Amino acid sequence: MSELISDLDGSGLRLRQEDVDARHGILLYLEEVTVSFDGFKAIDNLSLYIGDGELRCIIGPNGAGKTTMMDIITGKTRPDSGRVFFGQTIDLLKLDEPAIARMGIGRKFQRPTVIEPLTVLENLELAMSGAKRMRGLLTSRLSGEERDRIGAVLEKIGLTEHHERLAGILAHGQKQWLEIGMLLMQEPRLLLVDEPVAGMTPAEMDRTAELLRSLAGSHSVVVVEHDMGFVRSIADQVTVLHQGRVLAEGRLEELQIDPMVIEVYLGAGDAYH
Amino acid sequence: MLLPRWLLSDRAGLVLLAVLVILGVGVPVLNLLVPADHPLHLSAYTVTVLGKYLCYALLAVAIDLVWGYMGILSLGHAAFFALGGYCFGMYLMRQIGTRGVYGDPNLPDFMVFLNWTELPWYWSGFGHFGFALLMVMVVPGLLAFVFGWFAFRSRVSGVYLSIITQALTYALMLAFFRNEMGFGGNNGLTDFKEILGYPLHADETRIVLFILSALALAGGYLLCRWLVSTRLGRVLVAIRDSEDRARFLGYRVERVKTLVFTLSAVLAGIAGALYVPQVGIINPGEFAPLNSIEAVIWVAVGGRGTLVGAVAGAVLVNYAKTWLTGALPEIWLFALGGLFVAVTLLLPQGLIGLLRRRREVTS
Repeated sequence: MSELISDLDGSGLRLRQEDVDARHGILLYLEEVTVSFDGFKAIDNLSLYIGDGELRCIIGPNGAGKTTMMDIITGKTRPDSGRVFFGQTIDLLKLDEPAIARMGIGRKFQRPTVIEPLTVLENLELAMSGAKRMRGLLTSRLSGEERDRIGAVLEKIGLTEHHERLAGILAHGQKQWLEIGMLLMQEPRLLLVDEPVAGMTPAEMDRTAELLRSLAGSHSVVVVEHDMGFVRSIADQVTVLHQGRVLAEGRLEELQIDPMVIEVYLGAGDAYH
Repeated sequence: MLLPRWLLSDRAGLVLLAVLVILGVGVPVLNLLVPADHPLHLSAYTVTVLGKYLCYALLAVAIDLVWGYMGILSLGHAAFFALGGYCFGMYLMRQIGTRGVYGDPNLPDFMVFLNWTELPWYWSGFGHFGFALLMVMVVPGLLAFVFGWFAFRSRVSGVYLSIITQALTYALMLAFFRNEMGFGGNNGLTDFKEILGYPLHADETRIVLFILSALALAGGYLLCRWLVSTRLGRVLVAIRDSEDRARFLGYRVERVKTLVFTLSAVLAGIAGALYVPQVGIINPGEFAPLNSIEAVIWVAVGGRGTLVGAVAGAVLVNYAKTWLTGALPEIWLFALGGLFVAVTLLLPQGLIGLLRRRREVTS
């Protein structure tokens, strides 16, 4: 009962972020994962490995299973079979969404999802990791250390001068950056970013690419994206998903001349050019 | 100033508190000190009606906390209000003693009438004021906790949750209508005599109950206002606007919902407990689904997510109800329905929203 009252943000978990064991260079393991909805295999025997500090782009036509894959990693959807490990020891299939989030996996939704009636600063504060048990939640003041952390993220996402504005009146691109900033406040090891540049102007896309590149190394970043120009500008490694499985993996230049990849994309329309 | 920042920045709340202080001082003066034939004299009836409004306003604040801030539309909050009322009503019944029609020192009249020979186990303890007060909070809180735990953990939300809350209050109404339940069946609990030894019908007792209602409303308001000004308050807004976002930020959404829902039910229970001695009766009709819907309409009219709006809406709509059910009783429900439609279409932020817009235009 007391656990239930105090542990509103999942901080009472026995596992901690420090327990994530990526000594072998791999942070996220998906092995032979299958999930089907009403007989349709959204993910079909998918195996995928994300390295520690790697920036990986995942592309694929609509219905390839990109969002379902993110749902599985973040605990929203349970696969029918397969293994999903964070580091070598943490079985993500045994944890629920808040627990997975606290283990250090942040997720950005396709549609920018910021809390519109709150200010930029309050949005970041909301996302802040750390011991936020009941006592911490029942205050409205920021400590100096917390202020510094928020300040650093504000600078990184370029919203320092907008920190007092309501998130709802930000431009579309700024909302996307704010949401990325919220993920950073969680101090994640792995960022899952779903279509970050949809609807952005070219200038905003450049800044986003710069932001994501600056995060790689200290974080692993997985970006699902349709925009090939953007993918080219950020990723070394690209994975092509098709019908719930990995069709090809490699550098974008190699994939662009891969006949199998070309066929899938030509079949799905003109997204690839 | 000694006031904390969260209160200082809440202008409307300070106005509300000032009004409550004025009422808390003015109503006793006008009722007890001004002679009965003076035009400014407030009758005992008016005091009771005002006290009733304050209890409704506390119920509205409780609803606004879960609906306006956390996005849970409860259409069953009158159940918690009524349960609080029944718990306190049981205490008042036990105070009647031998003054009942049958003069049984132990059993309330309706039990004697049913040929019961001893008090059911769940009535024990209710002769003690302190125990009854505790139950006023524990019983609605416990029901809300259990209900919320199952509903929120199964991720029931939106209109489905609203329907279940309606079913909850309806089921309770049917249960309390049954004589075998031991709560007086459809007559409910009534014919109260005294409270802590003070006669319930004396002006002084009524005034004390009125002041307590004002204090309870002020306390409930301050508690909710403080809560929504903390980080937890921002978590509530996050849950309302994007539950998934809150969950993927690492918040245990179902626990937050259960706790705040429980707190809201406790406030509703306290409101019910203050209501019963003032109106002198509690019966299963208080569980009627319509009561819960009416309470939601008060909040919508005043402006959801403002707390002050809930108070204003509760008082205004009930004032209109008192007046209209006296003048034109048959059109009250149509007026209420029309009001709800009009507010939803024309004033989505209620009266408070209208006032705010006015001020923005003029400034």
